[in-house]
Amino acid sequence: MAAVTGPRRREPLPIWRWGILLVAGVYFLVPLYSALKFAGFGSFGSVISQPGFTSSLGLSVRLAVITTLVTLALMLPTAVYVHLRLPKLRRLLEGITILPIVIPPIVLIVGVLQLAPGFIKSTPYLLSLEYVVLAMPFAYRAIDAGLRALDLKTIVEAASSLGAGWINTLWRVILPNLATALLSATVLTVALVLGEFTMASLDLYQTFPVWIYVNSQTSGQVSVAASLLALFVTWLFLLAITVIGTRQARKTGGGQVTLFTVARQETRGSE
Amino acid sequence: MTTNTARNAAAADGILRQAGTGGTSVLIQDLSRAFGATRALDGLSIEIAPGELVALLGPSGCGKTTVLRIVAGFESADSGSVLVDGRDISSVHSSRRDMGMVFQSYSLFPNMTALDNVAFGLRMRKLGTAGRRKRAGELLDMVGLAAQAGQYPHQLSGGQQQRVALARALAIEPRVLLLDEPLSALDAKVRLQLREQIRTLQQRLGTTTLFVTHDQEEALSMADRVGVMREGKLEQIAAPDELYTDPATAFVAEFVGVMNRIPGGLLGAGTVAVLGGTVPLRDNEGRSLSLGGDTAVDVLVRPEGLRMELVPNGNGIVTTRTFLGSVTRVGVLLDGDVAVQIDKSSSEAGALAPGTAVSVTLPPEPVHVVPRRAAAS
Repeated sequence: MAAVTGPRRREPLPIWRWGILLVAGVYFLVPLYSALKFAGFGSFGSVISQPGFTSSLGLSVRLAVITTLVTLALMLPTAVYVHLRLPKLRRLLEGITILPIVIPPIVLIVGVLQLAPGFIKSTPYLLSLEYVVLAMPFAYRAIDAGLRALDLKTIVEAASSLGAGWINTLWRVILPNLATALLSATVLTVALVLGEFTMASLDLYQTFPVWIYVNSQTSGQVSVAASLLALFVTWLFLLAITVIGTRQARKTGGGQVTLFTVARQETRGSE
Repeated sequence: MTTNTARNAAAADGILRQAGTGGTSVLIQDLSRAFGATRALDGLSIEIAPGELVALLGPSGCGKTTVLRIVAGFESADSGSVLVDGRDISSVHSSRRDMGMVFQSYSLFPNMTALDNVAFGLRMRKLGTAGRRKRAGELLDMVGLAAQAGQYPHQLSGGQQQRVALARALAIEPRVLLLDEPLSALDAKVRLQLREQIRTLQQRLGTTTLFVTHDQEEALSMADRVGVMREGKLEQIAAPDELYTDPATAFVAEFVGVMNRIPGGLLGAGTVAVLGGTVPLRDNEGRSLSLGGDTAVDVLVRPEGLRMELVPNGNGIVTTRTFLGSVTRVGVLLDGDVAVQIDKSSSEAGALAPGTAVSVTLPPEPVHVVPRRAAAS
């Protein structure tokens, strides 16, 4: 029986799919093109020299770093613990972590203010605590997807039987296998912090998005140029995670990497 | 193939010289463990001699994996203790027990190559890079995977992964090797090869081994002794041949090997009437049944324990014939709709075509009996 051995030829996309792709492309790209046209290329050069640009961007970056560290420090052990010891609570935790999406920002702010330690309340870093709550749904899901792709219980027990304590197991076994998931969580958190407007505005701190808004009152073109820059940087981050994650996953057996799924490939048969 | 085998044997010998001979004794004493209302273990005790391979065999949920996990330190017992070389290790953390374990599911670390996986335990024991790479290489050679040292787990087949897992467990020179159904995910041919490889290495290295399986062929072919478990208790622990020929309980008799159930009636003085004759009961078995006034029982007989002759108007008719090599298993429907299987040498089975009338009898040797099974509706 003759088998087809040549490379599989890709079927051409039907015309209606091209149509949908075109409509979606127009929907996403036309506003960007309009913004770019409105801002003009000259505005990009003057963004940096605008008053408040450096301080607001610096604050946003600091908030992004702190938020990411606190989020990972809270979410990683929680997700690992739930997977290992309380698997029945996974659904409940998924439900809880989705709450920040449905609760209005003002309620979250009041809640965080009730619990935040006094020394932080009068500093812009209070925003970090609020952002941690906001980032929870995204970070938890990214880490959870990574953990689900592993047979966590078995590899933790295997490491233990070979003499590894908790620190070694976490550092040498769990973390390297969650690299892609942690990268996803990090990028999502950073993107969220760099783009968050409502909470910062309500708390009266001038983060980068707030600066863009304030600046738009005086210089609309520069403000739009700054927005496009922020969008471009975030997009680069997302591209980087997909490329790095997929490369890492191919090496260690993971499949296609997206932000929330790290599907592990099946092993090569059983022979 | 021969060259490979010889080379693997040489690698094992080298490791044996490094490890030194002499195994570790394990004493499992009166272990009990409950999960909610379910009693997974109920006062289980097993003694494993140095260098011995003991297999725990039983149906799903009988508690055999729980025993292994308690010995490994992944579960704790509600009561009882585990003694290794006379020392109670119940309070010792799993990472300090020096027990190599091979798991049912593929447990290799996905981020490490086969070599790094095998070297992991040595790294945890602070062995230098050169030393651990050398030893890990030797162990991979021993399991015949030296050429795959640089491959990641997903690049290996299931059988290769389990061999790496075995090399990894043996690399730390474990005091006890624990095998948790390591072959169950593999296909039949690979299972057979790996089964022989594990047994050969275990005997060569003299590592005391506890092996859990639900596959009786695996247990009987690999173990020095097999413990049959049921509902958290050990029904019998004995050498494979003893377990088969001299089962201590009706459960063991039925669980190990193929067993026929033939309706009989208890008589006085430890005998049972079956197939038109009378045979003695094993060790006064069935006394409690007769005391209860229930005389209807099923007699348990192995396929090779029944006699069959070609008789025109016998008590059975041949229904099936399965060639198994030197023997042929013949299915016979006895009077009263009782189906039995009888082994005959293949040279004699030629005349036993389906539809042939036969006479089936029981030799006067002690038998096991169990309460009569209700007829299927």
